[in-house]
Amino acid sequence: MATGSTIGAVAPTVGRRSGAAFAEMLKDSALFALVTLGLGIPVVAYRTDLGQGTGLELTGRWGLVAALCLAMFVLRLGQRLLLGEVGRRREAHRLATLDAVPVVARAGRVLGPLTLAVALTLPLLATFGAGGLSEGRYWIDLGILILTYVMLGWGLNIVVGLAGLLDLGYVAFYAVGAYSYALLSTVFGLSFWICLPLAGLFAAAFGVLLGFPVLRLRGDYLAIVTLAFGEIIRLVLINWVDFSGGAAGISSIPRASFFGIPFTAGEGGFAGTFGLTFSPMHRIIFLYYLILALALITNLVTLRMRRLPLGRAWEALREDEIACRSLGIDTTMTKLTAFALGAMFAGFAGSFFAVRQGFVSPESFNFLESAIILAIVVLGGMGSQIGVAVAAIVMVGAPELLRNLTFLKAVFGEGFDPNEYRLLLFGLAMVCMMVWRPRGLISERTPSVRLGNRAA
Amino acid sequence: MTLATGTTRLAVVQDEPSPAMSGGPADPILVVDHLTMRFGGLTAVGDLSFKVGRGDITALIGPNGAGKTTVFNCITGFYKPTEGMIRLRQQGGETYLLERLPGHDVNRLAGVARTFQNIRLFPQMTVLENLLVAMHKPLMRASGFSLAGILGLPGYRRAQAEAIAKAAAWIERIGLTHRADEPAGDLPYGDQRRLEIARAMCTDPVLLCLDEPAAGLNPRESADLNTLLRMIRDEYGTSVLLIEHDMSVVMQISDRIVVLDYGIKIADGTPDEIRNDTRVIAAYLGVDDDEVAAVEAEVGLAGTSAGTSAGTSA
Repeated sequence: MATGSTIGAVAPTVGRRSGAAFAEMLKDSALFALVTLGLGIPVVAYRTDLGQGTGLELTGRWGLVAALCLAMFVLRLGQRLLLGEVGRRREAHRLATLDAVPVVARAGRVLGPLTLAVALTLPLLATFGAGGLSEGRYWIDLGILILTYVMLGWGLNIVVGLAGLLDLGYVAFYAVGAYSYALLSTVFGLSFWICLPLAGLFAAAFGVLLGFPVLRLRGDYLAIVTLAFGEIIRLVLINWVDFSGGAAGISSIPRASFFGIPFTAGEGGFAGTFGLTFSPMHRIIFLYYLILALALITNLVTLRMRRLPLGRAWEALREDEIACRSLGIDTTMTKLTAFALGAMFAGFAGSFFAVRQGFVSPESFNFLESAIILAIVVLGGMGSQIGVAVAAIVMVGAPELLRNLTFLKAVFGEGFDPNEYRLLLFGLAMVCMMVWRPRGLISERTPSVRLGNRAA
Repeated sequence: MTLATGTTRLAVVQDEPSPAMSGGPADPILVVDHLTMRFGGLTAVGDLSFKVGRGDITALIGPNGAGKTTVFNCITGFYKPTEGMIRLRQQGGETYLLERLPGHDVNRLAGVARTFQNIRLFPQMTVLENLLVAMHKPLMRASGFSLAGILGLPGYRRAQAEAIAKAAAWIERIGLTHRADEPAGDLPYGDQRRLEIARAMCTDPVLLCLDEPAAGLNPRESADLNTLLRMIRDEYGTSVLLIEHDMSVVMQISDRIVVLDYGIKIADGTPDEIRNDTRVIAAYLGVDDDEVAAVEAEVGLAGTSAGTSAGTSA
């Protein structure tokens, strides 16, 4: 609304100014015509022809000179008018974009439900799009992969985006969750539905464990310590062979069941119980909806937390820790809760990872994973839920897209594998982001609460 | 030379019988007793004792580097003093030793709120959110430490509505209703100063410590600030302790003034007493005690009394 008044103030001045500006344009065009005349006199005004004798015959072409001058005048005037119009348009566009924040917000509001609708119906879309349940498997698998990263991104968003604690070792909690399920199910034979909350609790406990020593650190120092923590977890998993199976990992982890009904062919299986023909795809689709539900819970909890005093305290902590302390906020507890909650969601995601793969090894939890999750959060726009989801789709989906660009082989030759240039393209995308959207895809922060009093 | 005068002053103060207990307000909310803060070899505050009266506006003044902000940081729990005691006594009789409380409990339990010399708002959060963060303690309890809040129980919704109403009242009072949903960082400087005071008040403090609230304000805004501070004292009964360089604010609203120089108290009294105190004038004008009379005459300050006290101090 402030912009509106600016436009209002600008418009009359433009009107008043246009007369003077037009006179100035005329003068400028006349000057151009004058220069043309000056150049025209020696160059154009007389044509020299060989006469009958040895002398040259001069033919006066004053009409042509006049025509040139006039043409120059008109052209220049036209150019000025056109340039002025373009400039005005550009200015108007600039002013309009100042007012365009609600437009972006509205786009976000549409984008959210749209993404959700696609996510909910993806198995259907894939089945019909690919022409069969089994043929759609690739797309559903890709959906599971993307949703895992969406969930991890949302979990890390609590720590990095809301609380402002730069965590480079987030994958450690993912690993704790995965190994929790792997060990609990293979050693004690516990079912997935008991292990899932336990894995979350273990990961949260590790979050607190990491949180305590690093509470005094901030920024770069915190990042280094969390990075080291991630490596410690990975190295322990590799070297403590008796406990974790070492680099070979843990295999034959029990698969998820449909709340107790296994996805097997024959009597008592999922297909048999519900009178369907058996298809291995049932399990995949179940896994898809499982990770979708987990991701949505993460999102819901985060959105709710933002409106609670604790969530506001996280954001306040990100903005100014000293001010927080002066307002009686226990910064230690506040940071620990952020660490614990973020870690808990990583633990859930980790245990999902283990049940989906049926195999875990330390290989899966290296630093590159942490970096990708962090990149998703940063690219998406710190603290923005929909931004993180979009970034996850781009970061995880794009390399898959790259794999399918086979036509590039025709251009660059048979040996060309576009997937090899994945990191190069990532780097390029990062540079572009830093130039054009340095605060992430969606950088507008939505207030957690409004007074609703919008009148000026 | 100046250092020498400093030590003389210290001696003068120590000659008096029990300086912390003598004089001052009868019912102090805050008693600062022999407070000393050393940073390595530097003594920023040396053996400082003063009292803040309940329901008073007390100003802490002094030249740059006198140790005022250090005293503030000790009172509000950001520094642990090297020596001394800071005692806060609430209306009900509960007494807190501020130097022993962990940083955030100085506000949470003892009820001491503060603002900062360089404004410390949460710039990306809206005006309303800034005030809601200040009501962390009651809201946290109402939300069952987030568990009830996650489930969306009605108790929390009610508490939040009350908190918003309270915040809205403060936003109205500082005249920012039309900008309540804008990021605090976008506000002009003067508004940010007032918002920071409102935010501190939202923690329901018994003692409000303001570090240079008038810095960077124009005369009109300073006058508004005076009104706001008087209102805080009279309507809420909150005691105010403020550091200020703007004498138009200090002299008009203070009930009591404490003057520091080189970390040592050089005067303590009502604005009238301070205005005529030779040591204060000397400290501010940066001259020796015996030259004060001459300087006073030069700046047009009348002073038979000032002249005599200059004589005794020299």
